[in-house]
Amino acid sequence: MNTPKELKYAKTHEWVRFTSETECEVGLSDFAQDALGDLVFVNLPEVGTEAVQGETICDVESVKAVSDVYAPVSGTVTEVNEELLDSPEKINEDPYGAWLFRLSDVSCPEELLDAEAYDKFCAEEEH
Amino acid sequence: MTNKTPLYEEHLALDGRIVDFAGYFLPVQYPTGVIKEHMAVREGVGLFDVSHMGEVTFRGKDALANLNYIFTNDYTNLKNGRVRYGVMCYEDGGCVDDLIVYRMGEEDFFVVVNASNRHKDVAWIKEHLFGEVEFADVSDEYAQLALQGPLSGEVLGKYTELPQKYYSFINTTILGKEVIVSQTGYTGEYGFEIYCKPEDAVELWRELLKDERVIPCGLGARDTLRLEASMPLYGHEMDETVSPLETGLDFGVKMNKDFIGRDAMAARKNRHRIGIQITGRGIAREHCDVYQEDRLIGHTTSGTHCPYLKGAYAMALVDEAYEPGTPVTVDVRGRRIEGKVVTLPFYKREK
Repeated sequence: MNTPKELKYAKTHEWVRFTSETECEVGLSDFAQDALGDLVFVNLPEVGTEAVQGETICDVESVKAVSDVYAPVSGTVTEVNEELLDSPEKINEDPYGAWLFRLSDVSCPEELLDAEAYDKFCAEEEH
Repeated sequence: MTNKTPLYEEHLALDGRIVDFAGYFLPVQYPTGVIKEHMAVREGVGLFDVSHMGEVTFRGKDALANLNYIFTNDYTNLKNGRVRYGVMCYEDGGCVDDLIVYRMGEEDFFVVVNASNRHKDVAWIKEHLFGEVEFADVSDEYAQLALQGPLSGEVLGKYTELPQKYYSFINTTILGKEVIVSQTGYTGEYGFEIYCKPEDAVELWRELLKDERVIPCGLGARDTLRLEASMPLYGHEMDETVSPLETGLDFGVKMNKDFIGRDAMAARKNRHRIGIQITGRGIAREHCDVYQEDRLIGHTTSGTHCPYLKGAYAMALVDEAYEPGTPVTVDVRGRRIEGKVVTLPFYKREK
């Protein structure tokens, strides 16, 4: 499993890439895309949506099932990755390149995991 | 308790993602992924472990009469070496299970049923047997492999003669092992099902996978393939509340003979199975309400993204027959998604 060191992770399997102190990109971890299987549909949030840490913000669908995506931090959606609407398989192919949405005014009431802690968390979840 | 098929260790060795399905540990997919496994069957060849399927036998002077009374189809003119679909119904016309019947001899029939219904089926059949018939549940004496796809004949033909017609079978040997090979399957594609002794399954499985073109496939692809080909699945398109006529299985129901459930199902036909192509954004799965304009007309029974057709499709049970092209909407988690009625099957292979 690939877990880049420079990113932060939520226990709900989203990654967070901070681009400034108050802005970030959000995507699904390698562990998540592998567990979900081939993704065939992405339902992205609307720009302007208020994301609340730990609450559902959008969903992704594999051939087998629909899965909620949770906001790993709080903030306002400023941009969504529309390329994924036509090519959801990019999340499987390049999970850390395929960001889902960007947030501003980010706050993070509950602390995120670093790569090492996230790997450990995933290893436990597999058992 | 969850059972292991004889191929359980093979699935682990291939890194299959194991789930409990109908009381058996089986792979939902291998690392290849559902979409590639699905496409392998449409364009190449895929291998499935379907050892969980149940098998029962009817033998004796009244075997045929029992089949014709307990099942909806008529097996009188079924020739030796041929296979025929059928349904088993309750008195009220609802479905106990659907099945396929192999005629092994004049008074000798081999019947394949759904794994999840096996014990219920056996109990129901035993309650209704009559005359001179020997009935047995032989599920534990057989493992089953399905080799499916346009190249399946080329692969299997290296080892044995093949049954030449769709829905026919032969008794033969592969690597010296006694097997039944039928030209049948649950994918909508050209292909074969191989019944063998459980102790021979691993060797046959490994031998077939030696051909690099053969891709091992899991239950995920089995489901997307059957749905794309619009083949009904017990527990979805039919169950104890749905009659085979309501779900469009008229070809497997012969109303001109006496069988359990006939009169009740003749008196009711309140529903129809239709196909829906989703034209809006999203994927409709089972149990979604279906509307025509603002009127609730029924619900979806199965639905997914179909990898070969590259789009979302669903089957639904609705109140009447709707013309292809009729616009409908499907409620997917509170959101109305647009679709249209299309002719079943969604996918039909070119002969």
